Formats: sequence, C-alpha cells, structure tokens
Amino acid sequence: MRSLLHFLTKIYFFLCFFLLEIFCLILIVNFNNYQKIVFTNSTNNFIGNIYKQSSTIYSIFNLKEINSNLADENARLRNKLEKIKISNNTDSITTDSAGYFFISSKVISNSVNLRNNYITLDKGIKDGIKIGMGIISSKGIVGIITNVSDHFSMGPTVINRKWKVSARIKKNNYFGSLSWDGKDYRYALLNEIPTHVKLNIGDTIVTSSYSSVFPEGYLIGKIEKFNHKKGYNFYDIKIRLSTNFMTLRHVDIIKNFYYNELDSLHRNRE
Amino acid sequence: MKIFLKYLFMFITVILCQVLLCNHIQLYGYITPYIYIFFILLLPFKTSKYLVLLLAFLLGLSIDIFSNTPGIHASATTFMAFLRPSVIKILFNRESTDKSLLPPVSSMGLSWFTKYTVILVLAHHLFLFYIEAFSFTNFFFTLSRCLSSAVFSIILLIISKLLFFKEQEK
Repeated sequence: MRSLLHFLTKIYFFLCFFLLEIFCLILIVNFNNYQKIVFTNSTNNFIGNIYKQSSTIYSIFNLKEINSNLADENARLRNKLEKIKISNNTDSITTDSAGYFFISSKVISNSVNLRNNYITLDKGIKDGIKIGMGIISSKGIVGIITNVSDHFSMGPTVINRKWKVSARIKKNNYFGSLSWDGKDYRYALLNEIPTHVKLNIGDTIVTSSYSSVFPEGYLIGKIEKFNHKKGYNFYDIKIRLSTNFMTLRHVDIIKNFYYNELDSLHRNRE
Repeated sequence: MKIFLKYLFMFITVILCQVLLCNHIQLYGYITPYIYIFFILLLPFKTSKYLVLLLAFLLGLSIDIFSNTPGIHASATTFMAFLRPSVIKILFNRESTDKSLLPPVSSMGLSWFTKYTVILVLAHHLFLFYIEAFSFTNFFFTLSRCLSSAVFSIILLIISKLLFFKEQEK
C-alpha cells in the first residue's frame, strides 16, 4: 500500500497532465469538425481491423448462442427419452413414471442472497408454461413456477424458506422434506429422516415420486454432514445442493402430462 | 498581490497579442507564430509545477476560445508545461537546484534563454501542429509547417524578451 502511494505521488504530476490532455482531447474531438471526422474514421478503421483480425476471439462470444442451442437440444433429447419411457411403460401394468415434457429456458434474474429467493425465466404462457411446473437444471432441481405472464414466468427456488420439496435418499428410499435455512445458498436441509436410518456422508439425495412436479429420481444433492440431536427422533441433515444457483443460466421447465389428473386426484382425496 | 496582478496583466496581454496580431499573420500562407507561450516561459522558476500546468491549460483554452479551436491549443500548452520542469532541470545541469535562489527567467542570459525557448517552443509546436492535423498522413508537410512556424515564433519570442526585459549581470 505504501509503495503504491509512493508510486502515485511520483506520477501525480504526470497524472494531472494526462487528465488535462484527455480533457483537451475530448474537447477537440467533440467541437472541431475536422478532428471529429478524422477521429471517427480512424476509430472505424481501427475497430474494423480488430474485428477482422480477431474474429476467432469474437467467436467465443457466440458460445452463448451455441450454449442455448445445446440446451434446447438437451431438452429435446430428454423429451425423446421420456417418450421412450412412456411407450415402454404402456405395456406394463405398473406405470411408475409419469410422462414429462421439457421446455428449455433462460434465466433472466435470480437471487441467492435473500431469505426467499426467486428465479425469473424467459418463457411464459405463450410457450405453454403453467403454474405448478417444476424447474430443473442439468445439474439438479431448481424450483417451481408460481407466477406466469405472457412471456415470462417466475417462482421460488430451492433456496427459498417458504418452499419445500419432497426428497428421498437414493440408496434406501427413505424420504423427507427438503427445506432451506436461509443461510448459505450452497446448502439445504433434509428433515424428517428418522434416526434409525443409516446415513453416510456423500449419499445422494433425489426427488421422490410423491411429487408430481419433478420426475422421480432427479438429482438434488449430496449429504454434506448430519448429526443426531439428543431428544429428537430425526436427523439434522445438511445437503450440498448439486445445482449452483450462483451460476445458473439455462434451465428446463418440466411439463407433466398427467399433472392435472394427479392434481385433481390429490384434491379429491382432501 | 503585486506579482499576481503583474502576471494577470501578462496573461491578458499575451492572449490579446496572439489573438489580435499573430493569428492574422500568415507568412507564405501557412507560417503563423504562436507567441502566447511567452507567458509560460516567463513564469518564475519557483512556481509550483501543478500551477504551471493549470495556468498553461487555462491559457491554451483562452486562445482556443478566441480562435475557435476548442482543446487544440490547450493540449499543446499543457504538454509544454508538463515538459517545463524537466527542461529547466536539464538546462541547469543540476539535480536539485534551490529554485528560490534563482533569478527570474527574464533576467537569465541570452544563450540560456534561447536554449530554453527553442526546446519548449519546438515541443509546443510539434504537439500543436500534429494535434491540428490529427493524423500522420502528410507527415513531412506538417513537420515543415511546424518547423517554419517554430523558427518564426522563436525569433519573435527572443526579440520580445530583449525588448521588454533587461539582461541582468550575475
């Protein structure tokens, strides 16, 4: 720090000079017609050359587009996969998997630092989005859609204290509910796992089949640590979420073909 | 206060001289002397270099306002003021000169003053003409314009120095 200050005092004079010159240059370019023309022309040439000579570098910026294309393709492939599953299942009597349709979407806004975090996506009613559809990323589940407009939709993510999702431990099928404690966006809590269940750090947590929102067995995260508080029947399990909410860009919205059917069934029961 | 008024008077005088007289001189179509930098040349050695920079900027800007070329003279004069401390240092050939002991610039010897003037005027004119041309195409044409004007300016500056200020014997 001291050497930096020393350096600054050394070049302070030069800095003053430099700033004045910049100011002059702005004046020159803005208020003198001839210089303005020369300036704009030369910058055009200059920039044109940069464009030309470094088109390879610029193609990196197209990665965004390529990325979204790939995401679309992913969604298409998942659709195909699910269709195959359905057609396979039609023969068997026990259809355990419902039919899902995936719509690829871009994340417009997303937060991780609030106590209740919401995500906004660039697909809406016109793209066939309805309230109650699940959101997943390629890494794991993301959230659910609760509001939808013509072109956009939004909803709480896993890291929202108001929303819970049913989850199960993959290896032994014990299920509980996933919630968030409002602290760290990388971790969530799994509740209601009884203490007699054997757990290991690193066990995979997936979505349970009780949720009509997400496909059964979709990745949520891994057990980071767990402990058993005295006097409680349930574990305190901390889960490292597989989705990184900080870097979320592309997600898929899940459309469950049988959502309405299942939903009305559940309501009838109540 | 007296010094301040003196330099304010000088400031206004050089601007008027430049704007009313020298700007209208165009020998052979393209030689124009720029003598307003006389003011910067004559500032006392002990003047803070930041003040010199600021004054040079203001002086250039005033000339610009009169000659309708915003920024061009200001940038050149600022550049000159930026070089001034180093030039003085080199010409005195000493690392740390006690500036408060030095006589005013106007009473320095002719040969010293000539060297001092030539360096700074060249710097100023080179900067000025290339900023005005704003490109390096016609490099040598600009250079010839610059040098001829510089020679003319230097002559005028030295003459006015001899006219208005007496040389002091050390």
